[in-house]
Amino acid sequence: MRTTKLGEADRIISFMTQGHGKVRAVAKGIRKSGSRFGARLEPTSHVALQCYRGRELDVVTQVETIDANRALRESYACITHAVPMLEAVDQVAQEREAAPALYRMLVRALRTLSERPSPVVTPAFFWKLLSLEGFHPYLDACVRCGEESGPFTAIDLGEGGVLCATCGRLGGRRVDPEALAFLGQLVGGELNHAIANPPAPEHVHEIERLGVLALEYHSERRLRSASLL
Amino acid sequence: MASFYEGPVQRLIDEFGRLPGIGPKSAQRIAYYLLKAAPEDARRLAASIVEVKEKISWCRRCFNIAEGEECAICRDTRRDSTVLCVVEEPRDIVAIERTQEFRGRYHVLQGTISPIEGVGPDQLRIKDLLHRIPEEGVEEVILATNPNTDGEVTAMYLAKVLTPLGLRVTRIASGLPVGGDLEYADEVTLGRALEGRRVVDG
Repeated sequence: MRTTKLGEADRIISFMTQGHGKVRAVAKGIRKSGSRFGARLEPTSHVALQCYRGRELDVVTQVETIDANRALRESYACITHAVPMLEAVDQVAQEREAAPALYRMLVRALRTLSERPSPVVTPAFFWKLLSLEGFHPYLDACVRCGEESGPFTAIDLGEGGVLCATCGRLGGRRVDPEALAFLGQLVGGELNHAIANPPAPEHVHEIERLGVLALEYHSERRLRSASLL
Repeated sequence: MASFYEGPVQRLIDEFGRLPGIGPKSAQRIAYYLLKAAPEDARRLAASIVEVKEKISWCRRCFNIAEGEECAICRDTRRDSTVLCVVEEPRDIVAIERTQEFRGRYHVLQGTISPIEGVGPDQLRIKDLLHRIPEEGVEEVILATNPNTDGEVTAMYLAKVLTPLGLRVTRIASGLPVGGDLEYADEVTLGRALEGRRVVDG
């Protein structure tokens, strides 16, 4: 998910695993051009790896590529959409605490973005991640007054759902109803449909921006890579 | 914790401890070495630190390190000003110069676009690069950023910005390191090496 330079030629690699949650390990000599790890430990790679358990940090001993997600790294639009997903998982995942659902979701999202580059993937990932962490947005009725008929014109990130026209005047963030319908599609499991028939770019961007804000609100940390979205 | 050392010695240890890669124990070791060293050795070290801070600054054209306003490469009139090689850091210039394969000029970005660190194009010397191109009649820009994620993102961004200017924009090749074994090469590197294969003259 993330790499940090260490000493002359090493890097600390932070990765998400299926059975051990987030793990940080040292890859020795990786910055040398003849390194046996080469490009395998670059962000977005899906790899099988072996680590030696260290006292503070583990040490990477062997790596084999499962899917290099090469297409992601070779397009500016793709990589700037992939990195915020990695950063979000890096923030949410706990070290050495298994989170298989989160792991699977990240692997699938990276593969989807690599195979079918679409601006819809990243916002969908953000909102699914929020749902997984227990912040599923409430979209069926106004979260303040319980009004069910709509139209809903705003969203309150603190309350975790939509607001009707009357409550929306008193607070929350204004959202276009079409953008809200798109959000409903994403969290309702219609991602394939949304990728095939994407809504207007401004609506996608609006929901993406809201996803970033909601993640930042709940994790209380800034999602730095979102500035390039 | 109370200090066990005399004031000047403690200050020296603290200063060394602030350098990259030097912890408190190493700082102590260097300080002790200097205490034992000849006075002229210590004075020479102090003088060279002061000198480098006073005389060395960034070249106003390429942002390499320079003694004076421009660096030696920018001052050299024999260099080909139509080819510009874009690198991340001044130390990359040294690596390329050692090859003796390049006779053009350089431009140092002083960093890379790093989505995960939140570093965007505005924090690099990209605007200065865009000013230089028409001023110096540049015809080809070689993107020689590192072949890692940040370096690739930077190269892709620059290609997007520079190509519409009607220049030849090239990226340094990626492939197998000379002296390495094919079986240990990773898939991305080997894939790129195959893509960039060349006809061998028989």
